Amino acid sequence: MMITEEQKIALDTQAEKIRETLINMLVSAGSGHTAGPLGMADIFTAFYFHILAHKPGNPQWEERDRLILSNGHICPVLYATMAHAGYFPIEECLTLRKFGSRLQGHPERLKLPGLETTSGPLGEGLSQASGMAYAFKNLQPASSKLKPRIYCLMSDGEQEEGSTWEAAMFAGKYKLSNLTAVMDRNNIQIDGMTEDVMPLEPLADKYRAFNWHVLEVNGNDIPAFIAAVDEAKAIYEKPTIIIAHTIPGKGVPEIEFDYRWHGKPPTKEEGKRFLKELRTLGGKISHDYA
Amino acid sequence: MLNENAKLTENVFSTEIKTASTRDGFGHGVIEAGKADSRVVVLCADLAESTRAELFQKEFPERFIEMGVAEQNMAGVASGMAGAGKIPFIASYAVFSPGRNYEHIRTTIALNNVPVKICGMHAGVSVGPDGATHQMLEDIGMMRMLPGMTVIVPADSEEAWKAVVASAQTDGPVYLRFGRANTPVFTTSETPFQIGKALMLWDPPAGGDAPKVAIISTGSLSYTALEAANVLAGDGIETLVLHCPTVKPLDRDAVLAAARRAGRVITIEEHQTAGGFGSAVAEFLSENHPVPIRRLGIQDRFGQSGSPEELLKHYGLDALHIEDAVREFVRV
Repeated sequence: MMITEEQKIALDTQAEKIRETLINMLVSAGSGHTAGPLGMADIFTAFYFHILAHKPGNPQWEERDRLILSNGHICPVLYATMAHAGYFPIEECLTLRKFGSRLQGHPERLKLPGLETTSGPLGEGLSQASGMAYAFKNLQPASSKLKPRIYCLMSDGEQEEGSTWEAAMFAGKYKLSNLTAVMDRNNIQIDGMTEDVMPLEPLADKYRAFNWHVLEVNGNDIPAFIAAVDEAKAIYEKPTIIIAHTIPGKGVPEIEFDYRWHGKPPTKEEGKRFLKELRTLGGKISHDYA
Repeated sequence: MLNENAKLTENVFSTEIKTASTRDGFGHGVIEAGKADSRVVVLCADLAESTRAELFQKEFPERFIEMGVAEQNMAGVASGMAGAGKIPFIASYAVFSPGRNYEHIRTTIALNNVPVKICGMHAGVSVGPDGATHQMLEDIGMMRMLPGMTVIVPADSEEAWKAVVASAQTDGPVYLRFGRANTPVFTTSETPFQIGKALMLWDPPAGGDAPKVAIISTGSLSYTALEAANVLAGDGIETLVLHCPTVKPLDRDAVLAAARRAGRVITIEEHQTAGGFGSAVAEFLSENHPVPIRRLGIQDRFGQSGSPEELLKHYGLDALHIEDAVREFVRV
């Protein structure tokens, strides 16, 4: 279902607020990842403010959709989005990576209600998401009305992990149509551009060969992304992967596309500048690359 | 003498004693666990026959999941299934699971604290002809280091059966270690089993001399230890044999009491002595009741091809070597 213009504006505005929180929390933490979280702010906004069936006030709600973050290192955007969605106070975001915080440097399920898994080490989330999808598809009593959708957010870099493809094979074999994977195709990883570090293409062909339905979309275009997720829900024979092309550092023009911002936070000065740059975009994140 | 309370089989020292493998005990035990709880599912990485997972597959085809040769994915999928309310048992050879997929287990099962039961088959040199690549000798160490992980090494197929059933009823992750070879089934359905509890197999007669050595062992070598104790008693050397099916959490009270009584401890395991069961006992006693300790096990070496008997003898883990170790220890 297409979203309305009002919904679109509201979501874009929400994504901008999340980016602001992100920059503030990264400055406060003094370490962490910047590019990936900024690039994924639109997709997280789409999930937590439009796509997911969930209850922030009741994270254990049985019927909730499950969102599994595989590349746990982009958790600042997960935390910021969850806070804005009402899972915990936004002020708590500033405790990111601090001693005693529920917001661990990489997400830990047991620390923060609302997290489905513990993650960070790459190439593991798709297995966990596939296990959940299999369980809800094939291991429920016939009487069960539980039909959650399982979403797995992955990075492109973790396509270099062999276990990712073990999971892809498994989900393809068992036709896990209740599983939708989303790959953050931002083309950067710690040591440089993915195609220089270890070429990944043709990613779409690879997933098709593993019996997945493949969609490609501009991951910074919220309406287009929501439309892709809707299409995935209509595919009954296969799991779907949405290869979401995102711009690393999206929203802060001076760091966009720059792989050097994969794994470091802004300084206090940079943070101030970034926030200023962000605000001059006036909530128009998803317009310019549509 | 044999501890009556252990309710061991009547013909313990007979050459006619029934034998079976601990993997057989897994195969039958997991069916029982599956009958008792519909949340139990079994995942297997292309080894259904040799892990005995096929028994569950035949009984509950809809709850058996063939994973292909992909142990890392198997750990993660099991984690996800546990997150969806299931109790997954994952079965492969111990060299592959937890060997190959260790970090997947660490992150998605142990740190994530979900009730996945990791079943490592073909552990130890008694795998036999397959050789060193398939003889896992480091798994106890790897797994007992993981916070929250329970580690169980059953002594025979009967105890393996009980351990599997008990594991399904235990919250949290469990590592169960099984062997390939047929070994004497010396415990019975009456023999007590509780996770975290050791079992006294052999004890000097009441009112007699104190034991000179406490033999503390795990796995099927506990039977070998019993054989050695029997021969030694005939030679006037009294020992006690404490079997610890649960390596973690160690039955500290039982180990401490055994060490206090004997003043000397020999540990036995089919595993590297570094980091394994003997290390666990030594770590605990060194801090609580330091006594002289000898650790029998694999001494910083890999295995090789051969028959289980040849290999156990070669690596010093047959009854004769245990007897010799006790005699030598007593002379010191």
